[in-house]
Amino acid sequence: MNWDWKVFLNDDGGGRTYLQWMFDAWGWTLAVAGASWVVAMVVGLLVGTLRTLPNSPVLSRLANAWVELFRNIPLLVQIFIWYFVVPKIFPAMKELPGFVLVVFALGFFTSARIAEQVRAGVQSLPRGQRYAGMAMGFTTAQTYRYVILPMALRIIIPPLTSESMNLLKNSSVAFAVSIAELTMFAMQAQEETSRGIEIYLAVTLMYAASAFAINRIFALIEAKAQIPGYVMAGASGGGH
Amino acid sequence: MSWLAHQVGGTDMLGLDMSFLNWDIISKFVIKGFWFSIQLTIIATIGGIILGTILALMRLSGKAWLATPAAIYVNGMRSVPLVMVILWFFLLMPAAFYALIPGGANNRAEISAIITFVAFEAAYFSEIMRAGIQSISRGQVNAGRALGMTYSQNMKLIVLPQAFRNMVPILLTQTIILFQDTSLVYAIGAYDLLKGFTTAGKIYGRTEEAYLLAAVVYFVMCFGLSYLVKRLQVKIAIIR
Repeated sequence: MNWDWKVFLNDDGGGRTYLQWMFDAWGWTLAVAGASWVVAMVVGLLVGTLRTLPNSPVLSRLANAWVELFRNIPLLVQIFIWYFVVPKIFPAMKELPGFVLVVFALGFFTSARIAEQVRAGVQSLPRGQRYAGMAMGFTTAQTYRYVILPMALRIIIPPLTSESMNLLKNSSVAFAVSIAELTMFAMQAQEETSRGIEIYLAVTLMYAASAFAINRIFALIEAKAQIPGYVMAGASGGGH
Repeated sequence: MSWLAHQVGGTDMLGLDMSFLNWDIISKFVIKGFWFSIQLTIIATIGGIILGTILALMRLSGKAWLATPAAIYVNGMRSVPLVMVILWFFLLMPAAFYALIPGGANNRAEISAIITFVAFEAAYFSEIMRAGIQSISRGQVNAGRALGMTYSQNMKLIVLPQAFRNMVPILLTQTIILFQDTSLVYAIGAYDLLKGFTTAGKIYGRTEEAYLLAAVVYFVMCFGLSYLVKRLQVKIAIIR
């Protein structure tokens, strides 16, 4: 087959080259993934913590319901619901740009997975940790703030790494509501230029490189945040 | 299913009208997509587990010429978004291929989706199988050797049956994720469960309701299945 990489220097009809367009799209991918990551971490940490609270059956049941709800509906359907249905039910949200709605969808979807990791992390701690906090006269909130969460969060860095990489890959689903991210670029540029293989290759490499970068960043954090003398078996599992 | 509409919130909730979905529409639009989603899930699970087990055995063979290509394949697949993989296969599948399958020319997206999912899920199943094989203690392998079994006998009669059994809950959980991911064939326009709902919704001017009903159906199926997996997990734990 014959390659035609010069296609990236062609004008896309709007005064920029396909190469520029691709980097703009990469920016959107990173923006969607980054903003969703913040939403997912904040909500996931909260929900995951609630699930482990002693003596709060109502709160932990609500938190469990949250996880089940967002885990058992496909991401694409959730994105469609945020984009098409939610603004219809809450007219105030009609003003919000699509970007924000997609961030909510992706962030909440991922928050359920992160909550699951946080719960597993907290429950993997020896019981003695919680008792130590109680023996020091800490309230439940203080025990979590000073004893349990600092331990649990460091233990779950490996699964958080793969969830964060999953989040980046899942941001590709935003193409379905026309967010101008990498997959959207791939589909449109493929159609316009008919050089699908070159376009797809470049986009695939950008995804792989971004995922790899996330992996390295987390490895760095993991090394820095290591608990001295504490060895955890590597967690593994399925998921996308 | 119109009883479902009533369960969900009567015929007029927040300006949504769920009652448009009657048996006529279900049999005309939804059933076809439902069958394709189920078909896709089953074929991809079986094909993915077979191919994934082969990949896992290659990686654990200790021979570089087998292990390296398998590792590259698995890690490559896992670092690219599923949507991009779907687009890749759809782009690269030669037109002549579809002619080999009866009725293939009219169902290109569906055929391409099935092949994509088998190839993609194999990477994820192979990681699960690899963990499963590695979880079998060395003593089992040594016992097989002591009985004079060859490598393949040992794998077939000793290691794989135990590995499969240990991994059944995780394999099933992955299948539930797979079922949710089948909705992503939206990218190439294959006719799946979600498309069944959206098509009906578009024709009758009820897009929002269609998305919500699709979400309910996916939720009920995935929640029910994961509940069964949890029950099974308990059962397996008791037997051991």
